[in-house]
Amino acid sequence: MTPEPGRHARPSSRQAYLAIVAALSLSICAGLGLAVVYATGGQAQLEGVLLSVSLLGIGVGLVIWAQRFLPDDEAEEARKPLGSAPEDVAAFTAELERGEEAIGSRRLLVGLIMGGLGALGLALVFPIRSLGPRPGRGLFTTGMAPGRRLVTAEKEPVRPEDIPIDGVLTVWPEGHEDEADSSTLLIRVEDESLFTEPARLEWTVGPVVAYSKLCTHTGCPVGLYQAEEHLLLCPCHQSTFEVLAGARPVFGPATRALPQLPLGVDDEGFLVATGDFEGPVSAGFWDRDR
Amino acid sequence: MSDGEEAKEKRPSKIARTGSFVDDRLGLARVARTTLRKVFPDHWSFLLGEVALYSFVVLLLTGTYLTFFFKPSQAETTYEGSYEALRGVEMTRAYRSAVELSFDVRAGLVMRQMHHWAAVVFVAAMVVHLARVFFTGAFRRPRELNWIVGVTLLLLGIGNGFTGYSLLDDQLSGTGLRIAYSIVLSIPVVGTWITSLLFGGEFPGPDIIERFFVLHILVVPALIIGLLVLHLAMVVHQKHTQFRGPGRREDNVVGERIWPTYAVKASGLFFLTTGVLAALGGLAQINPIWIYGPFEPSEVSAASQPDWYVGWLEGALRAMPAWEVRAFGYELPNPFFAGVLLPGLTFGLLYAWPFLEARLTKDRDEHHLLDRPRDRPLRTALGVATLAFYAVLFLAGGSDVLSTEFGLSVNKVIWSIRISLFVVPIVAGLVAHRLCHDLASRDAEPPDDPSEPPSGGHSTDPASAAEEPEHDEGIQPISWPPPVTVSRTGHPPAHPLGS
Repeated sequence: MTPEPGRHARPSSRQAYLAIVAALSLSICAGLGLAVVYATGGQAQLEGVLLSVSLLGIGVGLVIWAQRFLPDDEAEEARKPLGSAPEDVAAFTAELERGEEAIGSRRLLVGLIMGGLGALGLALVFPIRSLGPRPGRGLFTTGMAPGRRLVTAEKEPVRPEDIPIDGVLTVWPEGHEDEADSSTLLIRVEDESLFTEPARLEWTVGPVVAYSKLCTHTGCPVGLYQAEEHLLLCPCHQSTFEVLAGARPVFGPATRALPQLPLGVDDEGFLVATGDFEGPVSAGFWDRDR
Repeated sequence: MSDGEEAKEKRPSKIARTGSFVDDRLGLARVARTTLRKVFPDHWSFLLGEVALYSFVVLLLTGTYLTFFFKPSQAETTYEGSYEALRGVEMTRAYRSAVELSFDVRAGLVMRQMHHWAAVVFVAAMVVHLARVFFTGAFRRPRELNWIVGVTLLLLGIGNGFTGYSLLDDQLSGTGLRIAYSIVLSIPVVGTWITSLLFGGEFPGPDIIERFFVLHILVVPALIIGLLVLHLAMVVHQKHTQFRGPGRREDNVVGERIWPTYAVKASGLFFLTTGVLAALGGLAQINPIWIYGPFEPSEVSAASQPDWYVGWLEGALRAMPAWEVRAFGYELPNPFFAGVLLPGLTFGLLYAWPFLEARLTKDRDEHHLLDRPRDRPLRTALGVATLAFYAVLFLAGGSDVLSTEFGLSVNKVIWSIRISLFVVPIVAGLVAHRLCHDLASRDAEPPDDPSEPPSGGHSTDPASAAEEPEHDEGIQPISWPPPVTVSRTGHPPAHPLGS
């Protein structure tokens, strides 16, 4: 590592020089090429490559230049102690304390200043409060209500027999299709006798059962249905729910069953909700049971 | 010619003239000269932080360009741009402008992809830099404050990466936002309040894109810039650490002067970093949002993976057993453990480490000479075990991909991961510890001398000795004593982390 005299006159220095010339020339060409590509309409891959070559050319040139032609002798610098001299610290502390005494002697004023700043701080909380509404009952309710029809993404109402056996259909309460927490899965199994506790049998319509589509873990839509095993799978964290048994979680991080929706049929034979879900949908929160 | 040379001697150079113009007004010549003559120790691993810095510069440049075209709005609109597959599709203006700037703005796609790649590399370089600082003990007194600044930068970098890809309002980012919403919602007492204030209501909320935009392009970058300046200022003020070597002591710093060699090399590294990012941005597709489609809260695609630096959190959410706490009518939901507790502990321990180690080792002295990882086997083993833990979590983040790749059921993959989370770090730590001891005791052996009688156990076969790289011309056999003598002959460990 010690510098040798005459190191810079190595025989290969000419090659290094030529390499720098080549790298920088290439960079110039690539830069001009980039301008041309851009002017003639642009092409993403070519732009990236030319930009890269123009930058890498400069980079390679500079690095070889530094390595081969700039002084590389080792220099030494002393480290001075980082802490200050004790007398400096003492002088500073004394200065600070003198000021503090001068201020602190008026105790009432200090108290009032603190009070003023505190009141200001309190007042400044309210602009933050404007950022959003108080988290009210919205987390506990959805757009489902007694008698509200369930409609597809195309806003078509659904009859039980429209759903194929082993089929799944995503529906929303009519007129509330934009509410993210209201998406519901309608599932039709082969036979209604397959349903077992804790599924609420009185909430099904024949072989059709409805559950919230939102995973009780982090609220991802439970999108995958394995019809043979009657399992619903969440693609986000692989929570798995047993459709025949009240959508109780059987695998993965979810701790709660998908809330069931009470189903009914209206005069025209379309599926309706007969109430809201049996509990708050989607992910859990602190006072969910309140 | 001789006239010209004379003239040159009389007239000060251009640099000198500009210099004295500035100096007459600011009087900085002394400080500036000290800066030019500053000494920087030379080691490849000291460049990792620079790569992070240069990636951040690319982020600022490309990001500024992107803001000219991106419209952070959740207002509904219909796409009518040049990408056929999405024509006529309802979407937010945010998603639409992101697709438009990818297809209809010249150089837009390269800029967007460079920006995303730079974010990926920025966080990666920070993590590797942090590992370097950890394994070499560069965080010890007097550099604890700079460690804290560095860990904060990592936190801000990860956070801004997340807000960044959440802005585009595609299916993938919407899913990520939904999960983030549920994680924040799980915080006891204040979770519902924070989500309502942050999102402007219940998920998805009317304001989240606009708010994340302000955080992403203003608040967090401003914090990062401020802390970066502080980070570098502290390095300059405290002077860089250095590895042990001939002539290198605690009270000096040996290396290259900033001007000209180091400055030219660093500029070269800047161009190399940006050049690689440009190549990635042009050639390696990243986050093709037009394939994912606009965010639709009731839909999700399989194999939804976040950017790599959030992968460990995603993995923790997946690997977490179905536990929740319910007491007195209140609930601590499952995502709290993986989504709040784990990152809280992770960063809490990171912040506390310099002080924890000082307490464990009772070593409160100043250190400017770096440890080699092998010289501190216990610290190294702990670090390796920790990295292994997060690596397993990262793999867990792709559990669905693993199960398709290896043809295993998701259940088997998750159970293997749950077991690996305990086993792999322990094994990795033990192996690292063993390696440190082996390397250190090899260093402790005297350099092979053919005249010496063979000593028991160690091969003195001249053929194998000749293979030893230490005998390369010009490289001294390790001639400095390791800070802690670790040998098989059993010196008592002078240092709890040295055993």
